[in-house]
Amino acid sequence: MESLANFYLIPGLVLGAIYAMSATGLSLIYGVMGFAHFAHGELLAFGAYAALVAVRGLGISPWAAIPLAIAATTPLAWAADRAFYARLRRSLPAVLLISSFATALMIRAVLYLGFGPTPLSYGTGIVPPLVWAGFRMQQRHASIILGATAAALSLHLLLSRSRAGRAMRAMADDPDLARITGVNVDAVIRLTWAVAAALAATAGVFLGIDTELQPVMGFNVLLASFAAAILGGIGRPWGSALGGLILGLAEELSSYPLLDGTPLLSPAYKTGVAFAVLVVMLIVRPQGLFRGMG
Amino acid sequence: MEQAALYLATMLTLAGIYAALALGLNLQWGLTGLMNFGGLGFVAMGAYTAALLTAPASASHLGGFGWPWWAAWPLAAFAGVALALPIGAIALRLRADYLAVATIGIAEIVRLAVRNEDWLTGGPLGVPGIPRPFEALGLPWGQVAYLALVAAVVAGLFALAQATARSPFGRALRAVRDDEEAAKAVGKNPARLRLQAFLLGAAFMGLGGAMLSAFFKFMGPEALDPVTTTFLVWVMLIAGGSGNNTGAVLGAVAVWAVWAATDWLAAQLPGELATRAAYVRLFLIGLALQVILLARPQGLIGERIGQR
Repeated sequence: MESLANFYLIPGLVLGAIYAMSATGLSLIYGVMGFAHFAHGELLAFGAYAALVAVRGLGISPWAAIPLAIAATTPLAWAADRAFYARLRRSLPAVLLISSFATALMIRAVLYLGFGPTPLSYGTGIVPPLVWAGFRMQQRHASIILGATAAALSLHLLLSRSRAGRAMRAMADDPDLARITGVNVDAVIRLTWAVAAALAATAGVFLGIDTELQPVMGFNVLLASFAAAILGGIGRPWGSALGGLILGLAEELSSYPLLDGTPLLSPAYKTGVAFAVLVVMLIVRPQGLFRGMG
Repeated sequence: MEQAALYLATMLTLAGIYAALALGLNLQWGLTGLMNFGGLGFVAMGAYTAALLTAPASASHLGGFGWPWWAAWPLAAFAGVALALPIGAIALRLRADYLAVATIGIAEIVRLAVRNEDWLTGGPLGVPGIPRPFEALGLPWGQVAYLALVAAVVAGLFALAQATARSPFGRALRAVRDDEEAAKAVGKNPARLRLQAFLLGAAFMGLGGAMLSAFFKFMGPEALDPVTTTFLVWVMLIAGGSGNNTGAVLGAVAVWAVWAATDWLAAQLPGELATRAAYVRLFLIGLALQVILLARPQGLIGERIGQR
């Protein structure tokens, strides 16, 4: 029981929190702008590396570098929108998707140029785990789960309580209606990018703290994020967040030795779990688990 | 002189293989509007099928069965179809972007399987010793003969793609792409048409994989890279003109020429800079794609409908 929690449930929750933050941003972009943003993983990686620069340059901890990572990633998202997506706004969603794919390649190339392909780390050293009656939890895991909860809470307040958040939801529901009722479309789009980039950058730093930094780290998360967004009903931020948690848990639990000590699924195929969930969802319930949850 | 001819034959052979992949993607995206971002998966299926069937027997992977290439290649095309069938049947009923996600997923699964199923694929060691047709002729004639074979296959695929685009079936595919409701209203079945186009494109990619593995004489997990097997093909098609088979071939040859030339230039740079040049090229593929989408979305030669 303890080993299930220590080695599978807690890491699953941590991974799930990272997927959830990434998937929520994807879902918001899809809702407001109507296209699948394939450069989302690269925003995440960019945030992680921006924090690395701050950690090395200023000698601060990666946690303290999160605001700087957000401050670096948001303008990047705005720039990509201004340079490419805004000009293609009237094209087919497929064209925007291909364009975001091209953006992904460009950001990844910049990360490779700046930092090389070798995995890097923030070098936080070894911290003793929190122990409670046989349950052990790495401190970084506790912090990531707390941080993700705080992010979810702030997003909830933004979307439900603020005027800007309501405008965002109005855009997602019906862009034309929002436009004729006087919603400032450009401002909403800028805000959406800022929120999505902030979530992605934070998720990137979390992923970097939990594992290591690599230019392809975001691309590896992308598939799971899309699967989570589809699981939760794409365009619905809360569904996507829950979808992310479910996928993170499913991925870690897939290698749990339930029967006679052999893992359910060879850990080499862990990243395939997201895909399997995606396929099952597309067959059974393509509209997502939580239709009508807002 | 002979060295230059050999180099030219190598480059043209690869350009021909890329033309096959671009023609396959054109059937899917250009003609039917299906976003396949998992080209690598279908190419790998074809490449490994052909590799295992033609390679000499070995204990480090399944087979090889020592088949002749002409028996193995059709099965390689079929292997691409076999992978496309389930994924197409599931994802094509749904929104266009779901196929993009699903194909990335299937390519990822194929990559994992290739790396981990040692009994089947030899794992990281791969499948060595794949015979190349006509290599008994020695250099450079064996190389030239293989180029001729690839050119003949590509010519056949081009003719097939042209016939498809001009047939009533091809018109129905374009109708589904441009206005699904209208196509339905005149009694077409969009789901079935999409699936057929997807399978046909996957067969082209499988065959392309077979030609690639015979050309390399080796197939392993490192031999197929998403950048060169999937993304570069997208650039080729969009640059050449999606919807136009001539554009697909032209784009493949032109983009490959640029790619190979920059590869050669990068190789002249000293050590550290050479690896960096690879990343600059990655950046440039992305930028080229953006510029084409913004400045010339129809590509070098756009789609021409109704032209004979």
